[in-house]
Amino acid sequence: MATVLRENAGWLWVMPWIVGLLVFFVTPLGMSFFYSLTDYNMLEAPLNVGAKNYAEILRDEVFWKAVRNTLIYAGISIPLTAAVSMAIAGLLDVDSRLSGIVRLCVFTPTVVPLVAAAMIWLWLFNSDAGLINALLGLVGIDGPNWLQAQGWAMSALIVMNLWSIGQAVVIYLGALQNVPQALYEAAALDGMGPVRRFVHVSLPGMAHAVVFNSIIQTITAWQVFATPYIMTEGGPDRSTYFYSHYLYDNAFLFQRMGYASALGWVQIVLIGLCALVPWMISRRLWSTR
Amino acid sequence: MSGLSGRQTGAVRLMLMLAVGFVFILPLLWMVATSVKPEDQAMGAGLSLLPDPPSQVFGMAERNYRSVLTDTTVDFPLFFRNTLIIVLLGVIGAVVSSVVVAYGLARVPMRGRRALVVLTVGTMLIPFPVIMAPLFMLYSELGWIGTTLPLYAQFFFGNAFSIFLLYQFFRTLPSELDEAAQLDGCSTFQTFWHITLPMSKTAIAVVALLHFTYMWNDFLSPLVFLVKRDQWTVALGLQLYQSRAGQTPWSLLMAASVITVLPVLIVFVLTNRIFSRGVAEGAVKG
Repeated sequence: MATVLRENAGWLWVMPWIVGLLVFFVTPLGMSFFYSLTDYNMLEAPLNVGAKNYAEILRDEVFWKAVRNTLIYAGISIPLTAAVSMAIAGLLDVDSRLSGIVRLCVFTPTVVPLVAAAMIWLWLFNSDAGLINALLGLVGIDGPNWLQAQGWAMSALIVMNLWSIGQAVVIYLGALQNVPQALYEAAALDGMGPVRRFVHVSLPGMAHAVVFNSIIQTITAWQVFATPYIMTEGGPDRSTYFYSHYLYDNAFLFQRMGYASALGWVQIVLIGLCALVPWMISRRLWSTR
Repeated sequence: MSGLSGRQTGAVRLMLMLAVGFVFILPLLWMVATSVKPEDQAMGAGLSLLPDPPSQVFGMAERNYRSVLTDTTVDFPLFFRNTLIIVLLGVIGAVVSSVVVAYGLARVPMRGRRALVVLTVGTMLIPFPVIMAPLFMLYSELGWIGTTLPLYAQFFFGNAFSIFLLYQFFRTLPSELDEAAQLDGCSTFQTFWHITLPMSKTAIAVVALLHFTYMWNDFLSPLVFLVKRDQWTVALGLQLYQSRAGQTPWSLLMAASVITVLPVLIVFVLTNRIFSRGVAEGAVKG
């Protein structure tokens, strides 16, 4: 008996977390599943309706619109941020004071609160007095009304997302540090210029990090909320209405807790499926090599 | 053969680095620039970083920031205090509990350790939007809606990310330390308190600072759980400047944004120093 206790003394230490897991994760997940099978508006008792919510989701045009928007955003944003952050990592992969300062500049935006970032970019994208259209005006381009014009609003959000790629850049820089210097020297001896060295030596060195980053970004894309909520309110004409925003509206605007819960479970399934995509692409690439 | 000489590619790289650094820092520069301009000049679409005439800069800065800090219709200082209290409680809760939990997980014998680590990482993959609706119902059952408890109470039971980071750190400490302490008659708790904790100051500081930034920046949980305006955080309060009476006062909104960004930015600068000091100490101790 005493040895059993001694061999399991760790459980005493982790007790707070067990309680936390049960109260703040297991309970809400269980409640969510229960309510997803009901009609519930928080005022009257939940009414059991079976799988009706799930059937309704499949016929819900706004749901499909939100899924489509989220997929468009992820489909453009993830490859784009991967390309840009790898290029910046390649550029900054030198030992110099300037490189250190620029790394700091690139990383700083990632600690700026999302709301403040949204306000800053709301101002930068302002169609009359914003900096971006003022700069475009210098080269004779009449900039669009970024956040209120269909098509442009999503582009604006994707551009803004590029501002906070600092974390990816740091991860890629770390990966580059593990590339043996001898490989670069061999490539230089073969007469490769800096661009070809980047493509043939640096890029393969970052491959694993790209898969990791893409999976993380796929998961976060399904949780995009604050930026479009503040900057476009999902508009114009729902063109920037994201999945998590629709879930939030159902729960707290339309008081449809049952439907919102069902949306949550569908979201888990969709995230799982989407996270497989970067993994499968990487498998395909590696197996052909 | 590359078409450029070594010196030329060096110059190109230098120019590109400067350009990248400038592009990333420009939005923050522009925020500060707008916050020290009179409103009509902010709206004037000029490209200058300073107001016209430039000598106005301190007067305008004082006027805009004073207006944000004294405006009783928005009451930004109240939101600032609220955020500070909520974040402080959350960080204390998360650090204290996560250190204990992570130590147990990493250094005290228990069966099923792996399963619990996997479960802990698994909770990080569950998106908050999925559980926010049932959490709201749970908190209203507990009578917590209308208070600030939903924003920090859960952290007193541990935080998955902090636990995982500390767990990984504790695993790297040599097990001889614990054995030597136990031979000297230390209990598990005494080993934890006198041996492990003093060695983990940097790791604990890093976890505290990461949790601080996470909480200071959070928007969705305050939006969902804080139903009373006098309990709002700065993340919510900032929105009150957006299109008040049709026209957004951009110079004031940017001044308020600067105040929102400043704490995390200061902490970020300090973290950098702690990080590098931690690295340096590690190098000395070998």
